[in-house]
Amino acid sequence: MEQTLNGFQFGILLFLLAAGLTLIFGIMDLINLAHGSLYMMGAYFAATFTKWTGSFLLGAILAIPACMAFGMIVEMIALRTLYTRNHLDQVLATFGLILFFNEFVRLIWGPIGLDIPLPEVLNGSVELFLGIRYPAFRLVIIAVGIMVAFLLYLLVSRTKLGMLIRAGASNRKMVGALGVNINLLYTFVFGLGAALAGLAGLMAGPIMTVEIGMGEGILIITLVVIVIGGVGSIKGAFVAALLVGLIDTVGRSFLPDILGIFFSNDVADTAAPAISSMLIYLLMALILAIKPQGLFPPRGA
Amino acid sequence: MKWSPRIIFIIILILGLGVVPLLADYFDEPFYTVMFSRMLILSIGAVSLNLILGFGGMVSFGHAVYLGIGSYMVGIGTMHAVEDGIEWMANGFLQIALAIVFSALAGLVIGAISLRTRGVYFIMITLAFSQMLYYVAVGNEKYGGDDGLSLYMRSDFNGLIDISNDNSLYYLNFVFLLLSLYLSHRLINSRFGMLIRGAKSNEQRMRAIGFPVFRYQLVAFVIAGTICGIAGVLSANQTEFVNPSVMHWTKSGDLIIMTVLGGLGTLFGPVIGAVAFLFLEEFLSEITEYWQLFFGPMLVLVVIFARGGIDGMLVGLDQWWSRNSPVKNEKVD
Amino acid sequence: MDLINGGAETLLLRMKRLIKMLRVDSLFKSYGALLATDNLSFQVKKGDIHAIIGPNGAGKTTLIGQLTGEIESDSGSILFDGNNISGVPVHLRSAHGLARSFQITNIFHDMTTWDNVALAVQAHAGHSFHFWKNASQEQELRRPAIEFLAMVGLENRAEIVAGQLSHGEHRQLEIAMALATNPKMLLLDEPMAGMGPKESQAIVKILQKLKHKLTILLIEHDMDVVFTLADRITVLVNGRGIATDIPDAIKKNQKVIAAYLGEESYHA
Repeated sequence: MEQTLNGFQFGILLFLLAAGLTLIFGIMDLINLAHGSLYMMGAYFAATFTKWTGSFLLGAILAIPACMAFGMIVEMIALRTLYTRNHLDQVLATFGLILFFNEFVRLIWGPIGLDIPLPEVLNGSVELFLGIRYPAFRLVIIAVGIMVAFLLYLLVSRTKLGMLIRAGASNRKMVGALGVNINLLYTFVFGLGAALAGLAGLMAGPIMTVEIGMGEGILIITLVVIVIGGVGSIKGAFVAALLVGLIDTVGRSFLPDILGIFFSNDVADTAAPAISSMLIYLLMALILAIKPQGLFPPRGA
Repeated sequence: MKWSPRIIFIIILILGLGVVPLLADYFDEPFYTVMFSRMLILSIGAVSLNLILGFGGMVSFGHAVYLGIGSYMVGIGTMHAVEDGIEWMANGFLQIALAIVFSALAGLVIGAISLRTRGVYFIMITLAFSQMLYYVAVGNEKYGGDDGLSLYMRSDFNGLIDISNDNSLYYLNFVFLLLSLYLSHRLINSRFGMLIRGAKSNEQRMRAIGFPVFRYQLVAFVIAGTICGIAGVLSANQTEFVNPSVMHWTKSGDLIIMTVLGGLGTLFGPVIGAVAFLFLEEFLSEITEYWQLFFGPMLVLVVIFARGGIDGMLVGLDQWWSRNSPVKNEKVD
Repeated sequence: MDLINGGAETLLLRMKRLIKMLRVDSLFKSYGALLATDNLSFQVKKGDIHAIIGPNGAGKTTLIGQLTGEIESDSGSILFDGNNISGVPVHLRSAHGLARSFQITNIFHDMTTWDNVALAVQAHAGHSFHFWKNASQEQELRRPAIEFLAMVGLENRAEIVAGQLSHGEHRQLEIAMALATNPKMLLLDEPMAGMGPKESQAIVKILQKLKHKLTILLIEHDMDVVFTLADRITVLVNGRGIATDIPDAIKKNQKVIAAYLGEESYHA
């Protein structure tokens, strides 16, 4: 049961990253490898602000707009020219940005990882139903994530901005023709994506280490998530993120046991780690074989 | 063959690569032989990637996986030879053969699934597959896992060539590079090559005129992977060390950078790119510990401004030269 | 005995000629609420130049898509030379003998004109798993290519990179590439698109040379051209075929005039 909740929690983090990434791709047609770097910045900003203010809550609240601003600055300086370029160019350029950000972080914060201390209230565990105890902070992550998902849903389906976003996802030219300031829209969307990534980073920070290159590993999984969910679709990102989070976490913990039923313990022990890592990629291959556009491709894709 | 600055540059480059060990020995700086040896190996990787990326337009972000496969063939074989006494497993010919077989197989499976997609999906899927194999290697404790394997001997080529000698290995790499360049040359001008290039240029049209594009792209994908697998064998011998990071996605990114930097879709571009990339890496890291701080943005700038890579700049130089050179091609008054 | 055999042969020949090159029956295609192809039926006789005309939005693009295999029909059948080609993938339609040119020039911009046509020839000259021999030196590919170029008047532009050709030359190249696949029927999607009167004339001459050598399905806006070339015309309005007849009859057809009034473009 604990593993299931962990799976959800991981899925929520993935969702925050995937939502931003898929938004940026859906609207600006920009494949942004440096999204993981934004996640990293969230964690580093939060670590620093927490140290300055002595409160994790304050640190987190300050880190989010910091990330958003950071993202918007990056967008304005480096990414504007890439919108008209082909995907290979975008991949290379954002790859270059990853290298830059990693070094940048090393320059300012040093090569050693940081810790984000949690306040006492979040450090303990909470008793859930059936007498199961679960870490309070992880529960908070899940709660925050669901709330953000809900807010995003409201934003996209109820507001004018959301309408622009949905329109942009299926027909970029039309949005321009509507007389909307495209530059402003793009910058804002990127900032939103950066904020979401930063939020994921600052929430992940306390439970995983805050270190250089922390973004890369989770970026790949995020890419898998948006491919499975359908590039450009937030709903797809949500479903796929939870699916991937669950399968990865639960799979890793139960696979050795499952394999142990069919094979000898020796075989199970050597094969399990390898296969667990492969699980989500196998899932992706499976989904693509049946539905190449992903589970919920945005209309017009 | 017309003499032009570009041709001269390329000839000097190739000849230069050919004499590196001799010069290194003369100046007693064996380090350079090793450094350039690495360039040769990565050039082979870039040449193979160029086949599908530069000429075929298939942006594979998982090409380093074949370097990994080739490397591990050497690693696993040599480990068994040394630890279990199974001598034939350290045989270079066998290891190359196995590298070819498994690279081809991997290319077949990865390609068969990935090539059904296009654009962004293709990039991400090839990336995902290489990461998958990366994690398999990391999780594989028997063969070193995350730490990797040290090789206590280099591959044995039955006395045909003794690559425990750095210079010999260098020339083996050089020969393979020349071979891969020649193969590349023949391939891209053949019917097969025309098809692949046509598919990059205009896939819709290719289908309209009747080409079943998928199967040919798959074959190209397999060929590229196989050549890269051989480079992997050489790489393991060169570093005498094998670990999963050789197929990490950032290495695939490095290969793409080399290919693009040198000039996509040109024969010698990948070599130029690999040499330039490694030179920059060496040079910049001498200057500052934070060299990636400059390398990153530089990459961004190259992407934005130097679309044709270095080879493109050479072509531009050629054009400038033919316009401004005080040479006999003037009209007779 | 002889009479019976001879009679059987003539009967077979007559039956063969009766098989239409293209037979479209009750074709339907809708995009949500939009009915792009609405119960469309028409036939193209072998050797004819059959034109399809219609105001903008009549569904010509959707029809072309279904004929080439890029769009899947909702229902109805497409019989090409007696064979049902619905569901046949795009690249195999060429093998069946259906070639197309594109309305928006769709060539290999970075290759020479000669290479462009040679590729089209290559597509039908056996498999392409040849890895060694230089394709630009294969006479089997080069000679037919230059002949097709000559057919459209581009033989002197063979070595030029295709992206550098003029717009009119692009349209000529489009036709050359379609011809190079040795088709039974040529589907020409607005070959005159974007051309001035002189350039149009060049294309018209090319098509006139081809008349009766193969079947041509011509989608065109330019009425002068259509009435000069076509043996038969089908008029498409809102996805429906409202008339299929010889040009003179179409000109006088009340339904056509009503649907078309003010829509067509006459070249000055």
